[in-house]
Amino acid sequence: MSVLAIIENWEGEFKKTSFEVLHYGKRISNEIGQELIALTFGANNPERLEGYGASRIINVSNLKFETTTNNNLAKISAELITENEASHIVISNTITGKTIAPLLTSNLNCGLISNAIEHPKTHTPLTVKCKGFSSKAHITYESENQQNIISIVPNSIGLIEKNDEKSEVLNINQKSNLTNEKMKILHREKSNEKISLADAEIVISAGRGLKDPENWGMIEELAELLNAGTACSKPVSDMGWRPHSEHVGQTGLAINPDLYIAIGISGAIQHLAGVNSSKNIVVINTDPEAPFFKAANYGIVGDAFVVVPKLIAALKNFKN
Amino acid sequence: MNILVCISSVPDTTSPINFTDNNQSFDKNGITFIINPYDEFCLTKAIFIKENKSATITVLNVGKNTNDSVLRKALAIGADNAVRINQEAENSKIVAKCIVEYCQDKNFDIIFCGRESIDYNGGKVPGFIAEKLNLPFINGCVGMDIKNETMELKREIDNGHEICESAFPAVIAGQKGLVEEKDLRIPSMRGIMSARTKSLEVIESTINIENNIKVIHYEKPIQRSECKMINEDNVEELVDLLNNEAKVI
Ligand SMILES: Cc1cc2nc3c(=O)[nH]c(=O)nc-3n(C[C@H](O)[C@H](O)[C@H](O)COP(=O)(O)OP(=O)(O)OC[C@H]3O[C@@H](n4cnc5c(N)ncnc54)[C@H](O)[C@@H]3O)c2cc1C
Ligand SMILES: Nc1ncnc2c1ncn2[C@@H]1O[C@H](COP(=O)(O)O)[C@@H](O)[C@H]1O
Repeated sequence: MSVLAIIENWEGEFKKTSFEVLHYGKRISNEIGQELIALTFGANNPERLEGYGASRIINVSNLKFETTTNNNLAKISAELITENEASHIVISNTITGKTIAPLLTSNLNCGLISNAIEHPKTHTPLTVKCKGFSSKAHITYESENQQNIISIVPNSIGLIEKNDEKSEVLNINQKSNLTNEKMKILHREKSNEKISLADAEIVISAGRGLKDPENWGMIEELAELLNAGTACSKPVSDMGWRPHSEHVGQTGLAINPDLYIAIGISGAIQHLAGVNSSKNIVVINTDPEAPFFKAANYGIVGDAFVVVPKLIAALKNFKN
Repeated sequence: MNILVCISSVPDTTSPINFTDNNQSFDKNGITFIINPYDEFCLTKAIFIKENKSATITVLNVGKNTNDSVLRKALAIGADNAVRINQEAENSKIVAKCIVEYCQDKNFDIIFCGRESIDYNGGKVPGFIAEKLNLPFINGCVGMDIKNETMELKREIDNGHEICESAFPAVIAGQKGLVEEKDLRIPSMRGIMSARTKSLEVIESTINIENNIKVIHYEKPIQRSECKMINEDNVEELVDLLNNEAKVI
């Protein structure tokens, strides 16, 4: 028996969420007394996963996340899970994770607990607290399955510990036959945003209060200064002021950064649904009655066109 | 083209979320149910395909008769026929099993689902059915172009977009982008009238129910403490609080 963590990488490099998954798996492996195995595809430096508790790191070196379909990633993962008799499989709720997890679950006929925000509370039976109702509720699930996949919400697990233990690193080639493909990846277009919204620790978001797409320069400047991702409210993306990929909320992306700064956004319930699990929220709005203030930690009543430039100046000062 | 759109019925986005039975059940009292917004994008895309190429659109829900109103709405928007599998949708596995069974002999070219239901946010059903039916799965689909024998699909990924090509049939889990917000259709009077003449077939479920994942507790997230207000002439204070108190910069 074992615990197996599926570790995503981006063009071969690991990100914070990769280590979160390992950290989560490690805790389970300690609690149930089984070894932890890390599984990744096409990693440039699989050794970088050492020190997070995996006794073995399996790198399927002839395949990459970028060029292998999710159907095939799931198929190969299922084989390796079965080979390693994993009872617990941990994966991150990135888009790839969200896609592979149900495919794998159906293939293995095991249980799937998605959107986990805490380590399991108990193991027999397995109970885990998860996010639901677009962050309007937390739901604790209990699974009676012997084998379960847990997908975890990025940036919700807290501190990741590293030690200097070594792991056995195995670079393997996948053997199974993946021909007769009904689907293939043609190409990928990387967005030109420097920080992807899904894993940004700080997010600067703006709404209709900015009045014109031309006015986003100061938002981008603020984001750059804080090494932050940029987001927007739904009407802003519906009007084409900003790309769809920036739309956060109940019907857009759900995020939970350490800091969310909302500028000229009223704080409608559907918007809050996607962002209210952010650890800290700052609201800048001309209207003292804007509902967003009720969901915020810090608020400034004022005109974005006055406040944001001042904030940029103050942050520049602070950084020096 | 034979198209299936799987529709889940979810609480309206403005609904207050409350629990009963000692926080063990979701309180449906006073909640208005709507077509899951992601499913509505898919349904609209199906209607576009129909208008361009000709297609038959079936909408399907797994649930009890309280869901008939969302199926009627889907018919009024433009689906040709509706099917409800009469089975309490206790979890995603049960739902997926019913859908898979229904699809076995129907020869659908496209099976549309929403990216996730906005209630439990599981995002499980489409992947479950794709795997069971052994079909390509395109998750987070934001664009679709039908060629002769294949289709070109655009999907959202963590740091951009992926363009892929798939044969028919395939399971597509869609979202905004597949069509735009402005393309969504409000049922017309004519649509509503003609929906009355369209069929809403109810099928009894024959699957064995296994319910090995269940909810044992619901709770609301902890409320934030009072918002600290900062004067607009004193943004330095905000920087200081973010640095020393929140410790995020
Ligand atoms: C089914 C459904 C799903 C939805 N899903 C989402 C979703 O996922 N995400 C989402 O965001 N919305 C969603 N919405 C829309 C949501 O209800 C709100 O309409 C939307 O969030 C409002 O966007 P906004 O705050 O940018 O604009 P507004 O509500 O117009 O607010 C603009 C704000 O800017 C302030 N303001 C104006 N000028 C200035 C200035 N100079 N400086 C500072 N502040 C200023 C105003 O006081 C106001 O509070 C959904 C709605 C529906 C019906
Ligand atoms: N009870 C249901 N009946 C029909 N389709 C459903 C049902 N539940 C979920 N789906 C479909 O699966 C998608 C994802 O739902 P979920 O896996 O529940 O997040 C939805 O957008 C629907 O297209």
